[in-house]
Amino acid sequence: MSVELDVFVGNTTIMDKEVYQLWLNGYTVNDAVTLRIEGGVMEECEVLLSDTMDQYRTFQMCERLLHHPAKLANQLLFQIPPDRQAMLIERYYAFDDLFVREVLGKKLSKGTKKDLDDVSSKTGVMLKSCRRQFDNFKRVFKVVEELKGPLVENIRQHFLLPDQLARDYAAIVFFANNRFETGKKKLLYLTFQDFAFCAGQLINNWTLGAVDNMMEDMDVDLDKEFLQDLKDLKILITDKDLLDQHKSLVCTALRGKTNVLNEMEANFKNLSRGLVNIAAKLINAKDVRDFFIDLVEKFIEPCRSDKWTSVDVNLYLTHYTNSAHILDTFKHHSVWTRYMGVIKSCILKMYHE
Amino acid sequence: MPGKLKAKIVAGRHLPVMDRASDLTDAFVEVKFGNVTFKTDVYPKSLNPQWNSEWFKFEVDDEDLQDEPLQITVLDHDTYSANDAIGKVYIDIDPLLCSEAATVISGWLPIYDTIHGIRGEINVLVKVDLFNDLNRFRQSSCGVKFFCTTSIPRCYRAVMIHGFVEELVVNEDPEYQWIDRIRTPRASNEARQRLIFLMSGELQRKIGLKVLEMGGNAVVGYLQCFDLEGESGLVVRAIGTACTLEKISTLPATATLPSNSSPSKDIKEPVFGEEGPGVPLSSGPPTPLRAQTFSSFSPSKSYSRQSSSSDTELSLTPKTARIFLSPSTPALESESSSLPSVHLPHHFRPGMASWSSTPPPLHVSQSDTAMLRKSVSFSEELLLAASGMGSGGSAGKEAGPLKALLRQQTQSALEQREYPFFTLTSFPPGFLLHLGGVVSARSVKLLDRIHNPDEPETRDAWWEEIRQEIKSHTKALGCHAVVGYSESTSICEEVCILSASGTAAILSSRFMQDGPLETDHRLSRQPLVFSTGSERVDGDMGSTASLGFEEMVPPGCEFCHIPYDELNIPFPAQLTYCCCCRRYKVPDVLFTTIDLPTEANITGKGCLIQARLCRTKKKAQGEGNAMAISNLLPFLEYELHTQLMNKLKLRGMNALFGLRIQISVGETMLLGLASATGVYLTALPSPGGIQVSGKTPSDITYEQHISNMQKKINDTIAKNKEVYEINPPEVVEEIIGSPIPEPRQRSRLFRSHSESSDEVSEIDLSHGKKDAFVLEIDDTDAVEDIHALLTDSPTPAGFYSCNTEIMPGIQNWTSAIQMFTSVRVFRLNNVNLTNQGLNKVFSDLCENLLKSLYFKLRSLVPCCLCHLNFTVAIPEDELIQVAVTAVAMSFDKELTLENGKQSGDKSLKKENDEQLQFNLELNAEMSSSNLSSPKGLTEVGSHPSAKASSLEKASPLPEGRSRSLRSNRSYSGSSVAVVRMTPLSFIPGAKIIKYLGIINMFFIRETTSLKEEGGVSGFLHTFIAEVFAMVRAHVAALGGNAVVSYSMKECVFMENPNKNQAQCLINVSGDAVIFVRESEVEAASVHPQSAATQTSNGEGT
Repeated sequence: MSVELDVFVGNTTIMDKEVYQLWLNGYTVNDAVTLRIEGGVMEECEVLLSDTMDQYRTFQMCERLLHHPAKLANQLLFQIPPDRQAMLIERYYAFDDLFVREVLGKKLSKGTKKDLDDVSSKTGVMLKSCRRQFDNFKRVFKVVEELKGPLVENIRQHFLLPDQLARDYAAIVFFANNRFETGKKKLLYLTFQDFAFCAGQLINNWTLGAVDNMMEDMDVDLDKEFLQDLKDLKILITDKDLLDQHKSLVCTALRGKTNVLNEMEANFKNLSRGLVNIAAKLINAKDVRDFFIDLVEKFIEPCRSDKWTSVDVNLYLTHYTNSAHILDTFKHHSVWTRYMGVIKSCILKMYHE
Repeated sequence: MPGKLKAKIVAGRHLPVMDRASDLTDAFVEVKFGNVTFKTDVYPKSLNPQWNSEWFKFEVDDEDLQDEPLQITVLDHDTYSANDAIGKVYIDIDPLLCSEAATVISGWLPIYDTIHGIRGEINVLVKVDLFNDLNRFRQSSCGVKFFCTTSIPRCYRAVMIHGFVEELVVNEDPEYQWIDRIRTPRASNEARQRLIFLMSGELQRKIGLKVLEMGGNAVVGYLQCFDLEGESGLVVRAIGTACTLEKISTLPATATLPSNSSPSKDIKEPVFGEEGPGVPLSSGPPTPLRAQTFSSFSPSKSYSRQSSSSDTELSLTPKTARIFLSPSTPALESESSSLPSVHLPHHFRPGMASWSSTPPPLHVSQSDTAMLRKSVSFSEELLLAASGMGSGGSAGKEAGPLKALLRQQTQSALEQREYPFFTLTSFPPGFLLHLGGVVSARSVKLLDRIHNPDEPETRDAWWEEIRQEIKSHTKALGCHAVVGYSESTSICEEVCILSASGTAAILSSRFMQDGPLETDHRLSRQPLVFSTGSERVDGDMGSTASLGFEEMVPPGCEFCHIPYDELNIPFPAQLTYCCCCRRYKVPDVLFTTIDLPTEANITGKGCLIQARLCRTKKKAQGEGNAMAISNLLPFLEYELHTQLMNKLKLRGMNALFGLRIQISVGETMLLGLASATGVYLTALPSPGGIQVSGKTPSDITYEQHISNMQKKINDTIAKNKEVYEINPPEVVEEIIGSPIPEPRQRSRLFRSHSESSDEVSEIDLSHGKKDAFVLEIDDTDAVEDIHALLTDSPTPAGFYSCNTEIMPGIQNWTSAIQMFTSVRVFRLNNVNLTNQGLNKVFSDLCENLLKSLYFKLRSLVPCCLCHLNFTVAIPEDELIQVAVTAVAMSFDKELTLENGKQSGDKSLKKENDEQLQFNLELNAEMSSSNLSSPKGLTEVGSHPSAKASSLEKASPLPEGRSRSLRSNRSYSGSSVAVVRMTPLSFIPGAKIIKYLGIINMFFIRETTSLKEEGGVSGFLHTFIAEVFAMVRAHVAALGGNAVVSYSMKECVFMENPNKNQAQCLINVSGDAVIFVRESEVEAASVHPQSAATQTSNGEGT
């Protein structure tokens, strides 16, 4: 004796958030039932099994629509209230920070997808869920790749995602597109949110879209002209006078405001060289990839070994940036501001004491 | 050429990829009506083609307009090979043929393919221009309105209820034609779909003709069914109740019309025009009289193929009803003689007043309160009421002659019809006088091939037989009409069980007679609405009426009083005096197939009661098989009845409403499922307990066992009384829980069955002298039975369930509703199951299904599952299929009203409703513009800010509630209009302002890749979702926002997992409507009236 067929269809599609989450997390029906019993929703296994299967079926049927969230709103098959639709989309596109940290900056290719089982066992995120998340990244990437206009806005409109999630996706796309290296050992201490913040800074300030929203080029690539201009900053380290002058200005300004003034003074030339060199090299795609590792190696690590606090770093970078404008012979003020603004906020975000 | 059908193909979207190479589609559309086909241009390389075609015009007979669907086929153009079909859309244009329904069909409709399901959507515009042609009603019946709703539709008023209409058409099933061997499954499915579309259209047209012939303009309670008889053909049959309906004016224009204009003005003129031949009045100008004048002769007609002789005979005495009245009732005589001046109903009012002030000597003084009430509402009802009261009381004897006379009077009105049957399940107040009990008839037939589709005589004769039987049962119960009537079949191979059932009743002649009778309760209770719009209710009348309303103390017990003669009871029955009025006799239990009358006085709440039974049967062929089934049926019914009765007692209740007994036949078993809603009618005596007794009293352990069981039963009864809040006001004669069994009898249920053309055999279901309260445990079966009785799991807290329209005892519905369909198929792997074992399996299946439903819908708590409609079938040997369609409605717990107030509050509420309606008129433009464009609703919400806020609201609220709150408001980002669906005839918290026409759709879905589609469950899940989607889309295209009285009449599922195949047929129906939220109606009104309404509203609730 067995139930051969068992379906429940509501005029308004009934979806249980909890079951949806279990489905998204990649649990099988049986595991989900076990978890639900443990959760205490209901004791009767039979009822739960029937309900869970129904819901899983519904989700599977919806999945096709979730790949193009705009379709969800004007499809006729399921009558889903808008708040539910929003919930479905948001959760479908939600991802595990642990997982995304693993694939951030990697090429969203078949090869990467094949390695997902390793990522799964490493992060503890179920393979099924990993695949969904990976496919989401890839899908979003493919769609926005060909679109003009602001990246975040494009993602939000095409995938109907809430603002924060759209920003995160923008970061993922941006990282994947520029293939930023994030997996090196030295970078492992950084969370996805750290990177997402930096990506936001870069998107907002260093891409073509940052200068002109209407440009036909998109937000995904860095502004080549700007990168070219960055080379001019080299003068700050190549011109000996300028370097000294800069140093003295900074140190004077910092006097009495920090406990690590000596270290700052001693390291000034090193640090300045590091930052300016990063700027100068960004024109090469390969060096763009190493942007974060460079920041850590050339700036964050030295500071950390000298036990600077975040406040110290902030103070230092503020004066370092501002002082350059006072230098008589330094003419590249706008490029400098554009560059240092991003560098400063990235470093501050990445600087974990 | 009386009609021009115009169609325009606008665009497509979400089309499937038909060309693998380009991942695109070159789509074009064929529009076909009858034999004429038009084509659009090919829109190359797009999944969202914009055809924007010209208007395709079809000039056709209106007969064809009614029969044929508009067929739209979307194809992919292929230069080298044959064009591939993407899918089809069938559009029923019937709603466009009635001026009161929809005017245009416009919107996105799913493109459906029987193999692939929904494949994108197409945007179409369809219009119909009907020409004014006096002769156009020859073969067609355009303009007759059809309603699935089994009560008078909400925005109409019944001027007249004419009675039963039925029709059936037969054809060969394309699936069984020889050509089916060589055509593709798709072609075969499409042939079938199209044929059924055609047949339903034809059926509807024919029924419409009958209605027009009777002088009606609408069919209410329209029930259409398919019998898939396999080799022997396909039968589409329908029954309904012909009515003359009048729209309760909702247009602002009506309010400002000169007072002499007719309120029935907006009823389409041709409806009456049909009366033309032979009826001189029909050519007159539209006047308020017309409906009544026509009705004056309509009862004299009788409609059935077989009745030609009686037809002529009856037409000779068209006014029988009136003649009966004259001798004893001068007031009424004057009324009948005043036929030419019926347009002045208040003319005879004075006469009536004098009548009531000087009651004839026949009336007894104790009935004067009731008389007073009645006298205000209507004189004739007064008489009937008085007679009804007299029937059971001590004073009744004196009233004998009058009673007989009056009985005769209504009876004769009804007898003129061949079948005094009504498919309605709820009636205008005052219509239903007495209920006798359930009458049912079954017959087992052997199917043979239908040789000539044009002469469906055999099928007709079968039903004829059954209806006659029902009629004779009704007479035996002393009743003259059957209400809540329905018919059904169950087919297995060549055996077919035909069933019919209804409730024997005595009706008031008010709606069946001619004359100025339309000033009914409803009207008199809403003087405000009509004093402006209609001449017929003048101020004087209004005030009298409202006076009458205030004085009216609804007894709510009248319908319980026995209709049969106490001294000549058709069966042994236990009668007591009515617990409400103490004057008339009532039975101890009452079984009915109708909804609980609104005026009924009940105690506590109701609940769903089901009796389930499974009986094994030997495999057999032909006659032998039919005989075997025929022999099993009485036992099956007897046991179902016993189960029902026991379960009813166990819940401490005394009446069943909405009783539906379904018997399903399979090769090796018979299934019986009886569902009903149990209630405690205050008028009926309190039910005694259940007594268990053993056969061998000597054994001590055995006795202990029995006393244990007895205790359990008593506990359950006590608990149930608490759960359902059954605290009868006082118990006088009976001692509750008395262990002394009282004699009673149970044969409220009449049935019989005949094998083929066998003689009708009647079986008395009563337990004879044996006491039914006593359950004798003489064998293990009985023990099992009692266990089964006790193992019905209780409904979880916060849930109620019923199979009627509304839950007795619950009123304050919120607007959160959730309609659903659930299907389960169960495989019995154990071949050698005993009856008992099967029973348990079947019962568990139903119980588990209910449990699942409660769990699924837990977020709506406190809520009630209404109209829980179970359908059982045996699709194959060893398979049991149960399908449920119902609606979950949540209610406000705090405000649950106490029973005593209910009827009063209800009617007050009704009055307010009607006042609101007037308000609505003033704002009709506003609200309708709001509604007519679904985009209007959505655009507001596409604001980013609105969206953000709605996201934030993705809320902890139970889903149902939050859904309902935003139901009709701006929908952020959504471009699809929300369409509500409900099996009920109303939407809580909303007012139906327009009926757009009937939805009657039939779909076939087939797959040859069952596994890939998620197995049988995945396949059916998708299909049901698709059916819902198509219903919603068609309703939205008609301009509607809800389907009421929705039902899934057929769900035939067949599978062949070995071949990876499955096929399913679904037939659904309902009424497309436009509703507005009551709150919106209020909010929208800025006129001074709104204040008045709101105040009165406040007073009312």
